[in-house]
Amino acid sequence: MAHGPKPGFTRWLYTTNHKDIGSMYLWFSFAMFLLGGCMALVIRAELFQPGLQIVQPGFFNQMTTMHGLIMVFGAVMPAFVGLANWMVPMMIGAPDMALPRMNNWSFWILPFAFAMLTSTLFMEGGAPDFGWTFYAPLSTEYAPPSVTFFIFAVHIMGASSIMGAINIVATILNMRAPGMTLMKMPLFVWTWLITAYLLIAVMPVLAGVVTMMLMDIHFGTSFFSAAGGGDPVLFQHVFWFFGHPEVYIMILPAFGIVSAIIPTFARKPLFGYSSMVYATASIAFLSFIVWAHHMFTVGMPIAGELFFMYATMLIAVPTGVKVFNWVTTMFRGSMTFETPMLFSIAFVILFTIGGFSGLMLAIAPADFQYHDTYFVVAHFHYVLVPGAIFSITAGVYYWLPKWTGNMYNESMGKVHFWLAFVGLNVTFFPMHFVGLAGMPRRIPDYALQFADFNQIASVGAFLFGAAQILFLFNVIRTVRGGKKATDEVWENPEGLEWSVPSPAPYHTFSTPPVVR
Amino acid sequence: MGIKRLFAFLTLATIAPGVLAQETAQNVEGGAARWGVNMTQGVTEVSRTTYDLHMLIFWICVAIGVVVFGVMFYSMWRHRKSKGYEAAQFHESTLVELAWTIVPTLILIGMAIPATKTLYDIYDTKEADLDIMITGYQWKWKYDYMGSDVSFFSNLSTPQSQINNQQPKAANYLLEVDEPLVVPINKKIRFLITANDVIHAWWVPDLAVKKDAIPGFVNESWTRIEEPGIYRGQCAELCGKDHGFMPIVVKAVPEDEYHSWLSDRAAAAARIKELTNKTFTFDELYARGEEIYNSACVACHQAKGEGIPGTFPAIAGSKIATGPMDAHMSMVVDGSPSNPAMQAFGAQLSEVDLAAVITYQRSAFGNNMGDTVQPIDVLNFKNK
Repeated sequence: MAHGPKPGFTRWLYTTNHKDIGSMYLWFSFAMFLLGGCMALVIRAELFQPGLQIVQPGFFNQMTTMHGLIMVFGAVMPAFVGLANWMVPMMIGAPDMALPRMNNWSFWILPFAFAMLTSTLFMEGGAPDFGWTFYAPLSTEYAPPSVTFFIFAVHIMGASSIMGAINIVATILNMRAPGMTLMKMPLFVWTWLITAYLLIAVMPVLAGVVTMMLMDIHFGTSFFSAAGGGDPVLFQHVFWFFGHPEVYIMILPAFGIVSAIIPTFARKPLFGYSSMVYATASIAFLSFIVWAHHMFTVGMPIAGELFFMYATMLIAVPTGVKVFNWVTTMFRGSMTFETPMLFSIAFVILFTIGGFSGLMLAIAPADFQYHDTYFVVAHFHYVLVPGAIFSITAGVYYWLPKWTGNMYNESMGKVHFWLAFVGLNVTFFPMHFVGLAGMPRRIPDYALQFADFNQIASVGAFLFGAAQILFLFNVIRTVRGGKKATDEVWENPEGLEWSVPSPAPYHTFSTPPVVR
Repeated sequence: MGIKRLFAFLTLATIAPGVLAQETAQNVEGGAARWGVNMTQGVTEVSRTTYDLHMLIFWICVAIGVVVFGVMFYSMWRHRKSKGYEAAQFHESTLVELAWTIVPTLILIGMAIPATKTLYDIYDTKEADLDIMITGYQWKWKYDYMGSDVSFFSNLSTPQSQINNQQPKAANYLLEVDEPLVVPINKKIRFLITANDVIHAWWVPDLAVKKDAIPGFVNESWTRIEEPGIYRGQCAELCGKDHGFMPIVVKAVPEDEYHSWLSDRAAAAARIKELTNKTFTFDELYARGEEIYNSACVACHQAKGEGIPGTFPAIAGSKIATGPMDAHMSMVVDGSPSNPAMQAFGAQLSEVDLAAVITYQRSAFGNNMGDTVQPIDVLNFKNK
């Protein structure tokens, strides 16, 4: 007979249970989401009107840097790992993750990494202030002393991600229930499998580039210093060789979540399962050969510009396949619009808009005008906020009844959705305009002609931020009680996770189910 | 019926912001238009081609968006359970999958052709009439007119009091400099772009020129401006604390006006050189030094010489500014051996200005050394 969790705090400290670890990852990432969000609000408050009102330029740069780092490495990535921990074993009919002790460790080093990163705010010289892309030599010769702590924190985050990824690969490849062939796996499992390989491929590259920085700063090497025979552009090549796959790491699992939710609420199978798998794999492959489109203005030879432009444009093809598939799945379905479905539909629409601006950015000559402006800020927030954040939110609403055994409050969920949807668009849509009109990114103060749209964007940001409090409240209420959920929760959803009771018992699939 | 209404609504929603923007478009007195929503067409052939390319891709995206979102909104309207719509169960179709792979590929090829052409134009930096070296510094630009003695720094001229909201902001707030880059119209100007410390990017939207300024590398770019006028831009690569405060102003003038400006500049540079041998009084140096301090030093060391603790050392009461003159000159002329943020100003300021600013620092902010250093001393120090 399966036993339950230990009582008290040691349950969380020593746990090797995938559900406990999944919950910890999710709570941790939500805390980071709020922290990174508060920093975004500092930025938006300063940009509410021209002139310096609230913070000085140096601190402003610390805020943009920390906001980016915390959101990417603290909020989005751990949230997806949390969802993978909860759902992958339940989706493939496995009793737990393949490497449960490593699972515990890969989570528990994260709070230390972020405690260290955040502590730099209180150090002399302040926190890292060179942007989340930390281009050398601004991040080496010209960096504040806290850069060393930043480097060590990135090492720990990287170790955590690599361990999480290895665990997910090992689980998916070895622990599927009998009959669960690769091409029968839910798309969330597929997208995570591919994401895990991306992580294993590129996190060591990130570790390498920060280590080279460390050597430059403390041990007299000159990897990135032209004066010593090094090359500042080399930094950007290595960084973006990590950085571009990284942005797909933040979106592929989202594709998986949305591909689970849309068929459920359209009451119609996903239009093209296998083409979705192939499209995901193509995107992952292409992600390795497009990195220098982030560097169109560094002065590459024209052959390089053309190659990276063409390769980047190609990404639109598999991405288009995905969007067309979701739309065709909705077409002639029998749709209802519960909160997870609302977030998923908003995902498809807004992610597509972000894709359009991505296609525009891929055109190198036009990019010379867009590059490093608010148009870029608008673009990547349109793919990351409705992409990663909305899909994670949709996934939490979708699976929360399975996790807790209780239904969340649907009206409150819908209010959360509409506030977030309106807030997001009011915040980020005007950024396209100011960017095209000539406003560079990462500036604490701006010329007068940008004032109106910046003011609108700031109002939207506070609305978006406030909406998340409602989310927190709804989740806490659902964890504590509420209307009991059925085992299926939704109408005929597909997947093994719905065959176990709600709430899911502490141990599931101790004997593997048989998949036909 | 429902569809028609939905379509009308969508059309309105798409057009309305544009119309609204048109109607409320008004100028910031003497500055650029407010509520601007689009890229400038600029004043060069390249900037216009770039704009056309941008609009072409934009409209293709709009067309695809109308189709995709149209189908989505149609299904969301018609195919809902609340209307009793029964779900169809179709899925998988190789033909459809092929179609929506091949058609987008063809559209992309259609985009790539004009993009490639424009890129070749932009990369053609051959046969320029005039070369200008642009060097990015934290946080100012230096312009060298190759083949002449003219060389100067271009600093933000917006006063701190406007930035700190103690004074109303002028029309070209943050987009104005003490010395603009003056260039002739209808000439092919080649820019050689580099940096002295960290990476910057030189960007003027009206010229559609944006190129990174990278220490140790020289990037090339070019422009041929068709209309006289003043064109404003900004640094586009995060370069530290005052990244937002290093604008670019290009003044394009007819060719004869350009030549007379150039010879005036050369004469002025010669006059400054002559002053090196003059002996100044303390008051003269102090007054000139205050001006220099407020353009060259104030960004880091701050208005009262207090610096920024942990990042930029104070001058008020510092060991260097209240110590031996040689050490002070060495710090200002050669920069700091341990902290690259303290630049070598020997190559940036004239001997007169160096002497003035050193004299000022030693007696301002409560430092009461009261001594002076003469331009000729600075010259001798440099030549040592």
